[in-house]
Amino acid sequence: MTDATSTLPGTRTGEAGFGDYVALLKPRVMTLVVFTAFAGLMVAPVSLHPMVAFASILFIALGGGASGALNMWWDADIDAVMRRTRSRPVPSGAVRGDEALALGLALSGIAVVMLGLAANWAAAGLLAFTIFFYAVIYTMWLKRWTPQNIVIGGAAGAFPPMIGWVAATGSVSLESVLMFALIFMWTPPHFWALALFMKSDYADAGVPMLTVTHGRPATRRHIVVYTALLAPLAIGTAFSAIGGPVYLAVAVIMNLRFLQGAVAIARRDDAAAEADNYKVEKAFFRFSLYYLFAHFGALMVDAGLDRFGWGIW
Amino acid sequence: MGDLVMSFGKQHDLHQRRFGRNLGLGLVLLGFVAVMFGLTVAKVGGGAPTQGFDHVLRPEMLPETSQ
Repeated sequence: MTDATSTLPGTRTGEAGFGDYVALLKPRVMTLVVFTAFAGLMVAPVSLHPMVAFASILFIALGGGASGALNMWWDADIDAVMRRTRSRPVPSGAVRGDEALALGLALSGIAVVMLGLAANWAAAGLLAFTIFFYAVIYTMWLKRWTPQNIVIGGAAGAFPPMIGWVAATGSVSLESVLMFALIFMWTPPHFWALALFMKSDYADAGVPMLTVTHGRPATRRHIVVYTALLAPLAIGTAFSAIGGPVYLAVAVIMNLRFLQGAVAIARRDDAAAEADNYKVEKAFFRFSLYYLFAHFGALMVDAGLDRFGWGIW
Repeated sequence: MGDLVMSFGKQHDLHQRRFGRNLGLGLVLLGFVAVMFGLTVAKVGGGAPTQGFDHVLRPEMLPETSQ
């Protein structure tokens, strides 16, 4: 997920291409939104018409993309400083900031209204709140203010499966809250691992990440604590209405490995990390992506087994 | 007449980028139309109420009551 390049801020000239506008929507983040929203919709105990389901996922993804464009508009100044983000369309000069704002606002409106028409207005309201939470609460407020930015702001990324569930059922329930909680608790260790091997990026940009405000050893310990809190929640979900034997097996294996990785990170210091170019931290970050895909994939497998009458509980 | 015909040289990168943008937008709009059409077919075919968004409730939309 890292895309550090040598493009310097403001060096792109000429007109923006179509790809630049697509890049504003953070397509890689959108894949996660699509997958988790799809999972939320699939595990819901209500079957939707395939076209309605497709349109719902499409507009949830569009809403996620719109919030990405709003984030890039607001964060252009700090994106220009960080190596990982300086080649984004706004800081590179490919797209103007006001264009990113206009695109973000327009797509937000389209996504919310279309989700309301395709599925229901409860899901549309939740999508509108998610866009607001990511663009205003996280991007404009938390990100530059508190080292808890990622902890609280993680809620924005946790909403898609809940929106998918609400699109199918029309209401929020315990199962959708469990899926929300899984991503919410997963987000801090995922981003803190990234912050560890992004070295001075966040400090240079003045973003109060935990690595900057509390130091890197404290961040390593925080990763272990959050991973340890995540494990019982992730495994416990197996015994809810959306869980099953496949999910239980996947959750046990993935959480043991995730914890193992977190402990390995905590046992190292920066000297050891520098020596092997942050190998353990990068592996943990990569594994965190597989972790999330595996959990939601397993939920869908169990839902499929249930539908064919092969569910065990 | 030959002198009046403007000769365009090799296509500039700017033109290619503009063409790509227009083509992309065109495809997005076509896709949107297709999604709207598909949704309409799904909603109407599924027996969803098609008069519910009118300003006035029609008698046939009201639930039946025994008198």
